[in-house]
Amino acid sequence: MNDTNRAELYQQVILEHHHKPKNFGELKNVTHDAEGYNPLCGDHLHIYLHVNEQNIIDNISFKGDGCAISRASASMMTAAVKGKPIDEVQTLFEEFHQLILGHLKPDMTPNHLGKLAIFSGIWQYPSRAKCASLCWHTMKGALEKTPTVSTE
Amino acid sequence: MTKSFSAEKIRQDFPNLSITVHGKPLVYLDNAATTLKPQCVIDRIQQHYQKETSNVHRGVHYLSERATAEFEKVREKVRCFLNAAHSSEIIFTKGTTDSINLIAHSYGRTFLQKGDEFIISEMEHHSNIVPWQMLRDEKGIILKIIPIDDTGAYSVEDFQKLLTPRTKFVSLVYISNSLGTINPVAQIITLAHKQNIPVLIDGAQTVNHIPVDVQKLDCDFFVFSGHKLFGPTGVGVLYGKTHQLKVMPPYQGGGDMISSVTFEKTTYNVLPYKFEAGTPHIAGVIGLGAAIDYVMAIGFENIMSYEQSLLEYGTRALSKIPQLRLIGTAKHKAAILSFVHPDIHAHDLGTLVDEQGIAIRTGHHCTQPVMKHFGVPATARASLAFYNTQQDIDHLIDAIIYANTIFNQNYE
Repeated sequence: MNDTNRAELYQQVILEHHHKPKNFGELKNVTHDAEGYNPLCGDHLHIYLHVNEQNIIDNISFKGDGCAISRASASMMTAAVKGKPIDEVQTLFEEFHQLILGHLKPDMTPNHLGKLAIFSGIWQYPSRAKCASLCWHTMKGALEKTPTVSTE
Repeated sequence: MTKSFSAEKIRQDFPNLSITVHGKPLVYLDNAATTLKPQCVIDRIQQHYQKETSNVHRGVHYLSERATAEFEKVREKVRCFLNAAHSSEIIFTKGTTDSINLIAHSYGRTFLQKGDEFIISEMEHHSNIVPWQMLRDEKGIILKIIPIDDTGAYSVEDFQKLLTPRTKFVSLVYISNSLGTINPVAQIITLAHKQNIPVLIDGAQTVNHIPVDVQKLDCDFFVFSGHKLFGPTGVGVLYGKTHQLKVMPPYQGGGDMISSVTFEKTTYNVLPYKFEAGTPHIAGVIGLGAAIDYVMAIGFENIMSYEQSLLEYGTRALSKIPQLRLIGTAKHKAAILSFVHPDIHAHDLGTLVDEQGIAIRTGHHCTQPVMKHFGVPATARASLAFYNTQQDIDHLIDAIIYANTIFNQNYE
């Protein structure tokens, strides 16, 4: 991604997740959930989680309105954390956070991001980085039993 | 339109229009957020700092007297611009928000009581909602909201339905920043005055589009910001009728707003200084004066007829994009085009048109109740000024088509 071509924000993978999001909809049997808001643009989403006795996120979904970046990020996040123990998800949260701040360069630093590395250029657009991080903060809020999360 | 008006010629007065963004010439369509500044305003501010820097209303030395004279000249200029009866009715503030907060604190806290009703509309900017909500929570006043219809307008009758013997204040936006609607404020003021209810008009989006005559409107208060009138940020105006301002207590205490101070007692200064505590934004006020001169030289007759032709052109062009939804289709509108694309969220659209060097605003425009009314989280907004051209709108249309291509091409 470079400064002259913002269309690269909208790579095929992102648009696929935007058009056909994974784990989209409300989950009935949940142990944790939270609502996230981005006051800058009015976007909001709801994250639903089921954590089993082994502390593994065995089910997760999301619902809400948002731009392609926020929707794709939520879709990819749910796919990435489903089936993972909470401590691994915590590591992933930290890595994703460093990624969108531009502090973690996925091709230079060992990491667990996998497909999530597609957001590596978003730090150049601070207002849009919030779109990508809303779902992660909301999930963290749900796990910490914080019912409402804001990106501000 | 007089023959002398030429947008092409006017564009040369705005140095910011000659920059490139992402390698493309800037197309600036975010005038409702802030307007660009003509060279004469920039020069005037620079000249002030270079040759007449001084505090006002203080020293007896040459520079202070000169700065004071220039500063006060602008007060008279603003009086003339709004056709106020007296220059002492013009108070300099930080901007529209500051002006509204001044009235909420000074007038509101003094004269509004528990159970008093207060009317605003559904299309107010947050700055004309939140100060009154804070007052509601403090004093127990009741906020009543004029609903808007699906064109983004309301009628005088809609206002009248909310009017009761308990109504004690009305505060309305003249031109909506997110819809462009021009509201029937003159008739509303007449109706409110039959019950002696004071009316505040938020003119932030008005003063750059249409001429304002506060005596003809007969509003009690009128507020606007300098930076939306091609002037600097950080300076605004509160106009108030003398009899209202006289009975209002000061908003802030400090220097300049006093006649005499002892530890026992302070006597407040006369109008308008009673409301201007501390050193004002002197350079800002002087820059605002240059901006008013600039706008008056172009003339509102030219501005209105040119902007209306651009608005018609833009409305037609946007309407040709399949399923694109215009938000704000009132009969009386200023040159503001808010819209929602069927497939692309406003923020994605904003990012993609920015890549083409086009600045539009995306989001809720500090009018979340309007977004709620239309059932959208956000809109994209192109807001026009007299330096915009049909070509700017053509570029925007091309960029929207380009964004659509990106969204669909990458997804097969």
